[in-house]
Amino acid sequence: MSEMTLCEKVLARASGKDSVTPGEIIEAKPDVAMSHDNTYLVYRSFVDTGATEISDPGSIAVVLDHRAPASTVNAADSQKEIRRIVKEFGIGRFFDVGSGICHQLLVEDGIVQPGMLVIGSDSHSTTYGAVGAIGIGIGAMDMASIWAKGSLWLKVPESIRLEIAGAPRLGVYAKDIALKMVSELGPMGADYCCIEFHGSYFSTPNLSERMTLCNMAAEAGAKCATVPSRFFKNEVTHSDSKSVRACELPDDKAEYGRELSIDAGALEPLVALPSLVSNCAPVSSVEGEPIDQAFLGTCTNGRLDDLMIASSILKGRRISGGVRLIVTPASREIYLSAMKNGIIETLIDAGAVVTNPGCGPCMGAHQGLLADGEVCISSGNRNFRGRMGSSEARIYLASPATVAASAIEGKIADPRSYLR
Amino acid sequence: MICGRGWMFGSDIDTDKIIPGRYLDNYSFEFLAFHAMEGEDHEFASKVREGDIIVAGKNFGIGSSREQAAIALKHAGIRVIIAESFARIFYRNAVNYGLLPIISPNCTTVFKNGEEICVDLDNGRIFSSDDSGREARFFEIPSIVRQIYDAGGLVGLLKLSDENE
Repeated sequence: MSEMTLCEKVLARASGKDSVTPGEIIEAKPDVAMSHDNTYLVYRSFVDTGATEISDPGSIAVVLDHRAPASTVNAADSQKEIRRIVKEFGIGRFFDVGSGICHQLLVEDGIVQPGMLVIGSDSHSTTYGAVGAIGIGIGAMDMASIWAKGSLWLKVPESIRLEIAGAPRLGVYAKDIALKMVSELGPMGADYCCIEFHGSYFSTPNLSERMTLCNMAAEAGAKCATVPSRFFKNEVTHSDSKSVRACELPDDKAEYGRELSIDAGALEPLVALPSLVSNCAPVSSVEGEPIDQAFLGTCTNGRLDDLMIASSILKGRRISGGVRLIVTPASREIYLSAMKNGIIETLIDAGAVVTNPGCGPCMGAHQGLLADGEVCISSGNRNFRGRMGSSEARIYLASPATVAASAIEGKIADPRSYLR
Repeated sequence: MICGRGWMFGSDIDTDKIIPGRYLDNYSFEFLAFHAMEGEDHEFASKVREGDIIVAGKNFGIGSSREQAAIALKHAGIRVIIAESFARIFYRNAVNYGLLPIISPNCTTVFKNGEEICVDLDNGRIFSSDDSGREARFFEIPSIVRQIYDAGGLVGLLKLSDENE
């Protein structure tokens, strides 16, 4: 039998085969299938297929996070429908408004485990690779197909072996490495590929950082991204299933389409310039660019360590007059921990608006949209034109530290002067 | 054979341009169609006609998994999207909704904005309908994609396979 990458092993198991090779079309059964506010669209297509029951309701997860709480009557109506659908079809896991962001919750609750195949009707489903799973994003109608027949066609992706070596210097975080990765690969450099991470950067287990990296892999077009569990064996819950556990690590002689490396120790803080994520530059090149809003949150960078870094910079300081700082914790658990640690108090003292857990303004639905001509620096994952409101607004992406430093100065700022 | 007017777009047309996030709470197909491509061309929805074709550069549909991007284009009248390359989730969504996504490495250099383009899958030709003889090269449509397209979309295919069981 041929040697396989982590992704190939997971897809072989999920399609009931001994082995798979890149380019092969398979019919795969996911261990977990997640949809969010678009569950109403999933349901409509599901009904159109003529199906009357969900094939495996226990494997289905539904999270209301994109417009949570409902920002319009339309959103409220569809969320009401979704709650009914969840009950009617006995959907296994449901997270209502206020729980947090789908990807955060499925990892936090241990629903996603190393070696699993997770399909999500969200493009950032790549995030599940942070626990050694394979997470693939699809649209709502593909999810309806999973509801109806329990499986989905997939093309086996080629794997890219991406080695991240070294320890980042002061003021450089997983987000900066992720931005470097996307700029090196370009917006379609990993199209239809799985990025398999390796390297000494992962020798200190940090789930949040791995989530940031796997999440941002989507911005280079990656179908999925994953970190083998050898780097964080004791940090996560492993599956009870022997066959799932057998897919946790790639074979030693697995073949990769490409091999790349990034020296984390050589990086400085980066920003993605408007309006493409791969458009990266050192923060020093845009220092002084005035901002109207700073946003700290999202499935990329809304976790406890992110809020902690921001609060350590903002402690005893005030954000600049005329600037809004919006903080959206990625989950209720993170929100509560941040309250107990005094982080929320520090952020509010500094002038932040702290919202309920969820996606916040990241995809332009609510909770802090931008006006014509405004500039936002965000810890999120996309800076496309019109992403957060007006198509005449401009969005820069950066780490939570750079977002916090910029909020203080009212212009894009290098976080390093606040960390020494 | 499918013929329609071709609308030219550049590279990296993202889903926020095809249908901005603020419209995603509305599930009316007509509403979504009314805002199709609004982030790139405010007048697109009023110009586009049933049967029209989009011709675009690289990475068409980059970004979100929002199926509303495919829905908006489909219900605005678009039948075929010819691009140098596609973002993978958009590609799946498009064919699932009965749109035909075609990967053509030289489409943006061969065709002109607004001209009539014909797609003849059976004879493997994509060409300008004037007599200039201009043709675009394109990759063979994968058989799974052809199956879904021929069934009118994924729901159509799922219904067919139910009947065959």
